[in-house]
Amino acid sequence: MTDVAAVEAAIADAHRSDWAAMLAATVRVARDLDLAEECVQEAYASAMKTWVSGGVPGNPAAWLTTTAKRRAIDAIRHDKAVRSRLPLLVEPEEALDEVTMDELTDGDAGDPGEALPDERLRLIFTCCHPALAQEAQVALTLRLVCGVPAPDIARAFLVSEPTMAARMTRAKKKISTARIPYRVPRPAELPDRLAAVLAVTHLLFTTGHTAPSGASLVRAELVDQAMHLARMLAKLMPGEAEVRGLHALLLVTDARRATRSDAEGRLVRLKDQDRSRWDRAALAEAHDMIVGCLRGGPPGRYLLQAAIASLYAEAPSYDQTDWPQIVALYDKLLEVWPSPVVELNRAVPLAMAAGPQTALAEIEKLERDGRLSGYQYLPAIKADLLSRLGRAGEAAAAYRQAFALAANEAERAFLAEQIADHAFSA
Amino acid sequence: MAQYAILIYARDSAHAPDATPEDTESCDRHSDELVESGSMVMAYALTPRDMATSIRGDILTDGPFVDSKEVVAGFYVIEAPDLDAALAIARTNPVVRDGGGVEIRPVHSSFVKREEQAAR
Repeated sequence: MTDVAAVEAAIADAHRSDWAAMLAATVRVARDLDLAEECVQEAYASAMKTWVSGGVPGNPAAWLTTTAKRRAIDAIRHDKAVRSRLPLLVEPEEALDEVTMDELTDGDAGDPGEALPDERLRLIFTCCHPALAQEAQVALTLRLVCGVPAPDIARAFLVSEPTMAARMTRAKKKISTARIPYRVPRPAELPDRLAAVLAVTHLLFTTGHTAPSGASLVRAELVDQAMHLARMLAKLMPGEAEVRGLHALLLVTDARRATRSDAEGRLVRLKDQDRSRWDRAALAEAHDMIVGCLRGGPPGRYLLQAAIASLYAEAPSYDQTDWPQIVALYDKLLEVWPSPVVELNRAVPLAMAAGPQTALAEIEKLERDGRLSGYQYLPAIKADLLSRLGRAGEAAAAYRQAFALAANEAERAFLAEQIADHAFSA
Repeated sequence: MAQYAILIYARDSAHAPDATPEDTESCDRHSDELVESGSMVMAYALTPRDMATSIRGDILTDGPFVDSKEVVAGFYVIEAPDLDAALAIARTNPVVRDGGGVEIRPVHSSFVKREEQAAR
């Protein structure tokens, strides 16, 4: 008999690091997402029994994969006619070398042993196919790539379990019926398709990082899954600068996780955060990635965002931040990603580099433009600028606007405090 | 191979009853290309929105069923190995770059009366 705790630990470990690869390998045999999911789950269940009596195998992931694949083969053999199948368009093995890792990475993958695209990439690209609604892409990615149980996904996105189940069933049915192919996109399609994958990863992270509503500022599980996914993508597509850019962005942002709220769960602003508690190892890892990528060619959206976040984090103190350089990076970011949210965020370093009056003028321009009406961070940033200009009454009014739009409780508490402070001093 | 229906959404159909070959030139050229490539299965160009009549319950109205900026100007069915291939073909429709767009729907089943039956 093996210690139950040791078996549980081995299973949790295999789940964390090998779920996606196992499922992807099983999909190839099952040719059906539902069946593959079932078989992988059963493999974990039987591991619990078998390993307690027979010991944890030398290579738990290989044991689990073989077990899952065998179950898939058995299921297909035994009740072909009974199951309502959702057949998946899996390319035959012979076609596998059609898109090689070398093509994916502009020929710098190096290791000929990794010439075949990883099965996990097919799974990821299928889950994030732009013909699926983004909320379905997110749900499928969490379930099939990250192995998060469906009820947990429902909770994370604040919908009921049946709603989440229906969303996933509909998406799987569309993959099958519309024949969304189970493959890594051709090089010509790759930029668009990769953008969808990165957007899902980023959305997972931001949803976890600032939960749009609810009590806790960080939904740690989603953040961890997003980090895991970003790391996996960076490993599978080493030649894609934007993949590394996103990975670096998540690392830098998450390095500040411990200091973003205080012991009572209240929001702490960047300038008030305890920099000594930031994860320096993660910041250094991100910094190296960013520098390496910036040398590689014209930077994309995620790499520039990472560079901005990294520059913020590298300053010894808030006041010593290199504001002009951050404004310059924002200008570059606006070139590749013209967005009113980016313009809004640019106002923050601009206020430090050129004074709050200049930044306020930009904010008022954005306000008149109207695209950000309903976006809580516009009145929040405006309020801060007004406060710095000594216009406390107007600042309180803007904080009130932001409060009315905010749903996250930590943020609401912070804004309520600001309203009280400024209304009192006005 | 699978069949996909492509619904063309435009301000209106170029195929008015008195349309000249010039009016329908870009549609016709695109259609010819798809026929030549072997992917076209069938195609129907519809007359403009003013020719449409709609029925909802007991109510009969003049005009398209859905009151919107765009109408279904026509539809065709293509054959493609998978959705990505179908999307690539659909994207080449000139309407996509002309303010309109296309909707791609997998075909479930179809029936077309054969010509000799129609003639009887």
